Amino acid sequence: MTDARIVPDRLDTRASRLLRSWEALLLALAVAIFIANAFASPYFLDPWNLSDATFNFTEKAMIAFPMALLIISGEIDLSVASIIALASTAMGHALSLGAGTPELVLIGLGTGLICGAFNGLLVTRLGLPSIVATIGTMSLFRGVAYIVLGDKAYTGYPEAFATFGQGYVAWVVSVEFVLFWILAAAFAVLLHVTSFGRTVYAIGNNPTAALFSGIRVVRVKFLLFLMTGLFSGLAAVCLTSRLGSTRPSIALGWELEIITMVVLGGVSILGGSGSIFGVVIAAFVLGMVTFGFGLMNVPGIVMSIFIGVLLIAVIALPRLIARLRPHRHA
Amino acid sequence: MKSRELLLAVIIVALVGLIATRFPAFARPANLANVLNDTSILIMLALGQMAVILTKCIDLSVAANLALNGMVVAMLNATFPGLPIPLLMLVALCLGAALGAVNGLMVWKLDIPPIVATLGTLTIYRGAIFVLSGGAWVNAHEMSPAFKALPRASLAGLPVLTWIAIVAILAVWVLLTRTPLGRAFYAAGGNPHAAIYTGIDVGRTRCAAYILSGALAGICGYLWVSRYAVAYVDVAGGFELDVIAACVIGGVSIAGGIGSVGGAILGALFLGVIKNALPVIDISPFWQLAISGTAIIAAVAFNARAERTKGRVILKSAETA
Repeated sequence: MTDARIVPDRLDTRASRLLRSWEALLLALAVAIFIANAFASPYFLDPWNLSDATFNFTEKAMIAFPMALLIISGEIDLSVASIIALASTAMGHALSLGAGTPELVLIGLGTGLICGAFNGLLVTRLGLPSIVATIGTMSLFRGVAYIVLGDKAYTGYPEAFATFGQGYVAWVVSVEFVLFWILAAAFAVLLHVTSFGRTVYAIGNNPTAALFSGIRVVRVKFLLFLMTGLFSGLAAVCLTSRLGSTRPSIALGWELEIITMVVLGGVSILGGSGSIFGVVIAAFVLGMVTFGFGLMNVPGIVMSIFIGVLLIAVIALPRLIARLRPHRHA
Repeated sequence: MKSRELLLAVIIVALVGLIATRFPAFARPANLANVLNDTSILIMLALGQMAVILTKCIDLSVAANLALNGMVVAMLNATFPGLPIPLLMLVALCLGAALGAVNGLMVWKLDIPPIVATLGTLTIYRGAIFVLSGGAWVNAHEMSPAFKALPRASLAGLPVLTWIAIVAILAVWVLLTRTPLGRAFYAAGGNPHAAIYTGIDVGRTRCAAYILSGALAGICGYLWVSRYAVAYVDVAGGFELDVIAACVIGGVSIAGGIGSVGGAILGALFLGVIKNALPVIDISPFWQLAISGTAIIAAVAFNARAERTKGRVILKSAETA
């Protein structure tokens, strides 16, 4: 009994210590990028520009939070961007049938929930590996959006609907930015304070041990897929509202950016460790890099090289350092 | 495993037969040869991807690798039209292998999870195309006639593109079934720990699989660009998912260690037949994405079910014994 308690405790503190230093590193990087941007462009420190910059990451971060939980539990969802496309298409279709703003929001969230449930059923009931199952649903969900829309687009969303993506709560603080902080706080509490959060870590570290210690692994995983779907639906509402139109290619390639955000935030792609705080900083880092480069007229695709290098470097560096450490001891 | 490939072959034949009942021209040998030719690049990439997946890894950077190589050879051809085509193909092969080796070394030496490493190189390789070309296209009129003619040239009734795919199929088949390295691919993915105890260097084996995948992507880069006579940043965008889909439909297990050359070819052909059949039966090409998505899910569900019943049988016999 005591042995059983010592093992997870030791794993826990080691992991959290590592994470704390990781987040410190990331925070330093964020500050460095902020200062570099402020020097590089005189327009960077303008409050409205900074406010605009937050749109680069708020919608992606809404999905990155539940995705972080999903990846910590040892699963992954590659279909999130396609869920946005399908949810947005469903909203556009409802709009063409005369739906008002509340119905549109409900349909967006509902579509996300249904897609999440479908992913969850494939993984938990049929026992499919989540990476392949969601590659499949990634094609399927966006495929349905293409079948419905083809090369056309839905436009003409009502003015009230524009609040979500274009509205401001006060001065330069956008509705999306407030939503981002609320979700960050909610997911931080869920993952780091509640027993549900502990079960997510337990499942990610050892699903068999978690099952034998009485955790309903299947139900927790299903709930996580459901959550990821729901918040993809929310992101669809915000993005559709901000763009004011729906095309089947909406949010194309976002799944990779969202996973990059989560991994950059220090969540282990192998499951079992990570924190919401790290994901929040990673969101700011990615958003500011994108925005800063944009101000300097660096093309988007060159930014993606930087993000790719960043992704590999942040994972390779701790491993290289860890490799040097035993040499010092010996 | 054999029955699975047979089933997939039957499904493909049935699909072709069904289409032929209304459009007999579709099943004519000439058209089927066209479908095979159109699917050649997918088949070659699927073979490389299968080797990687066999070792319990994944290569998301194949399409970006292909596009980068395509741009390099297209720019070389546009600048030095005198360079012989075989030399350009060799350049593509070596550069592709080198880009694959970058993936492999990260997985082997730095122990970076394959999905993260290749996600990173996917964006880096795509970005490199932009840096190299400045976002400009290399168009048909800038390419030499010989550059564009090779994949179309006919040899014994089939285009050279198809012949290259056939050679690649034979080479990968020999590699996987007749060489120690091929067996090591299976061992490294089937049970990495057991593989280490039998003296197989799992990391090196994985790196070799990435180099194979990269080399095939390199060759396909030249073939793609010369076939469509245009090179730009977004060539084959998102094609890595088609490649993985072909493997999964062909019965390659994403958990590693399971898969065959025949399965990968049939998986690619299944997608190829659907892609070529949709315009014939007058269904909007917009349906293709949803159909391949459904096929992937069905194929994985079939794989999972097959593996699960196997487990049950063992348990039952243990109980009765």
